[in-house]
Amino acid sequence: MAVYKKIESKSAPSSSLGVMHWMRENLFSSPLNVALTVLGIALILWVIPPFVKWAIIDGHFKGTTRADCVGDGACWVFIKMKLSMYMYGFYPAAERWRVNLAYVLFITVVLSFKYFKHALPKIIVTVSYFIVAYILIRGGIFGLEGVFYNKWGGLLLTIVVSVAGIAFSFPLGVLFAFGRSSDLPLIKSLSVTYIELIRSVPLITVLFMSAVILPLFLPEGVTFDKLLRAVVGLIIFESAYISEAIRGGIQSISKGQYEAADAVGLSYWQKTLLVILPQALKVAIPNLVGIFISVVQNTTLVMIIGLFDLLAMVQLTSSDSHWLGFETEGYVFVTIVFWVFCYLMSIYSDKLEKRFNTNLR
Amino acid sequence: MLAFLRDRKIRGYLFQLITVTIVVAFMWYIGTNTSHNIAQRGIRTGFGFLNGTAGFGIDDSPIPYTPGDTYSRVFLVGLLNTLIVTFVSMILATILGLIIGILRLSKNWLIRKISLTYIEIFRNIPILLQILFWYNVVLRSLPAPRNSMSFLGKIFLNNRGFYVPEPAMDSTTIYIIIAVFLVLIFAFFMNKWANRRQELTGEEFPVLLTIIGLLIVAPIIAYFVGGANFNFSNPHLVGFGFQGGKHYYPEFVALTLALTIYTATFIAEAVRSGIEAVKIGQKEAAASIGLSGYQSLKLVILPQAIRIAIPPTINQYLNILKNSSLATAIGYPEIVTVFAGTTLNQVGQAIEIISITMLVYLVISLVVSALLNWLNFKMKIKER
Repeated sequence: MAVYKKIESKSAPSSSLGVMHWMRENLFSSPLNVALTVLGIALILWVIPPFVKWAIIDGHFKGTTRADCVGDGACWVFIKMKLSMYMYGFYPAAERWRVNLAYVLFITVVLSFKYFKHALPKIIVTVSYFIVAYILIRGGIFGLEGVFYNKWGGLLLTIVVSVAGIAFSFPLGVLFAFGRSSDLPLIKSLSVTYIELIRSVPLITVLFMSAVILPLFLPEGVTFDKLLRAVVGLIIFESAYISEAIRGGIQSISKGQYEAADAVGLSYWQKTLLVILPQALKVAIPNLVGIFISVVQNTTLVMIIGLFDLLAMVQLTSSDSHWLGFETEGYVFVTIVFWVFCYLMSIYSDKLEKRFNTNLR
Repeated sequence: MLAFLRDRKIRGYLFQLITVTIVVAFMWYIGTNTSHNIAQRGIRTGFGFLNGTAGFGIDDSPIPYTPGDTYSRVFLVGLLNTLIVTFVSMILATILGLIIGILRLSKNWLIRKISLTYIEIFRNIPILLQILFWYNVVLRSLPAPRNSMSFLGKIFLNNRGFYVPEPAMDSTTIYIIIAVFLVLIFAFFMNKWANRRQELTGEEFPVLLTIIGLLIVAPIIAYFVGGANFNFSNPHLVGFGFQGGKHYYPEFVALTLALTIYTATFIAEAVRSGIEAVKIGQKEAAASIGLSGYQSLKLVILPQAIRIAIPPTINQYLNILKNSSLATAIGYPEIVTVFAGTTLNQVGQAIEIISITMLVYLVISLVVSALLNWLNFKMKIKER
């Protein structure tokens, strides 16, 4: 009887295993790829080490005055000393707890959404949050000291303008989206005119319009403050973009949904609010978040009409005679803040897209 | 009695009637307020101001301009500058976006990650912030003209701007321009002819190689025909500044850089999604009927990818046009800066000036949209 010796299977050749294999496949698979890899490494070495050296290794973090920043590195002392300006603008120091409380409440409200099943309580909580937050920040009643708009600034102003812009332009956008997809010719043409007119002009001209022309439209004696005019301009502008995103969602809904809603005897408003809008919003979410990101980015334009948002603070703080010449640090700091906000929103949009993906095929 | 209200048609009419009444009443309300306010504040009306003397200088003007010129001339200068900066940024952003978009799909892991990082960084920073950063930080930290950064002794970069040699407009230059132009026209017809021939006989004609060859040969012939006398006006230091050559102001450079870098991220994404949208089966089918790599790219993949990538790219061109208005933050003399800015401050006729400015953007956008629709129609897949 023949005896067969068991032979252990050989492991794969080292060239198709582990780090070496991965590098060969992904970095050095052809002469062109080798060249590209070398170029890429050169690019990284050209950009990152000098920045790290400037920002961290040579950076100055300790101290309170300009004299603490000697040498070439970044002077983060400047940001540290001006941080309250970047965060609150001219908001009185004694009252800043109110702004912080509004931020904390915001996070609480967002986290509490998990415990609500239906849309209605969510909407009620959100609306009441906005009222509470407005009273907290603006003051003037309930024994809170009034803080007028011209004291608001920095990140606070950026957040207020963004949130107000999104919160008010969204319902307006929904309205115009349904107006545009309506069969009533006059409603349709009014919506189309508005949307196409606004979408073809730059935001800055709309802001100029609301800053300069809006006061002329009002009866004598009635005045708007600058902040409200800026927000109105932003709402007029963004609602046109939002309505286009939602219209995309409405168009994606098959005719069967409308017919089914009609067949079970829903009225126009029931059909719209209970059947069409929820599905349309689901489809429109990625585009909507894209627009919300651009709203946050677009709030920087209010500095052109003379409001002190986060970006405007760079020029304001670096023109302080004690701190001349630290614009670079200011711009880098503001860039990081905006980038983090926008990037988090885009990640959130990816998550939402996956969660709402009801495509069962 | 109210039964007629349940009729859908009648309700539709009624609803429209109410809406239109509200809109008209609103218009009438703001109209009367406005005319009252205008009379009250003594603001002049009408477009007569366009013939008034501007009285302010513009450094960077593509056409001759002096402070003694009229506001309509200011408008023209602004409009031309808007178009110039849009056009230049458009071309640069397309090139950069195309490169980044293709690199994003590279087989090389490092390159893929670098292009993804580029996109994620620059599209999440507000464009205005980028413009201000280039202008206030990067360009301002450049050396003074006397210590300019120079390349080959012909191109100079300093805190007053960017200086490059400019070909003098004499006969040689003109001949070369004409030659290139003729080659391009010829290429268009040759491409048509080659496509038809390929469809009829299956024979291929090396169109791309021919065009590249012609683009090299024709200018050389034109150079000798035109007298072989190619002159450049070179920038050179005179006193504290440069003279000669083409001077790009720092405002223009900052705006172009920011618009290019920002918009390229969106164009790259459009290019990537266009290429990714072509199903793998298409590539396999092309390979299985024996098309070469170049043939499958030219005949199968690109025609489908371009169809998807072009509409978002053209929307990005419109965004460049609209974002160029942010020049007003750094003072590049385009239409919003000199017309909706300086002119408005001097004349005070807000309604007329803002309307004209908006109308300019509206007209350009409508023309581009019409073009886009025509292009979409032309490129639509022809189905039986």
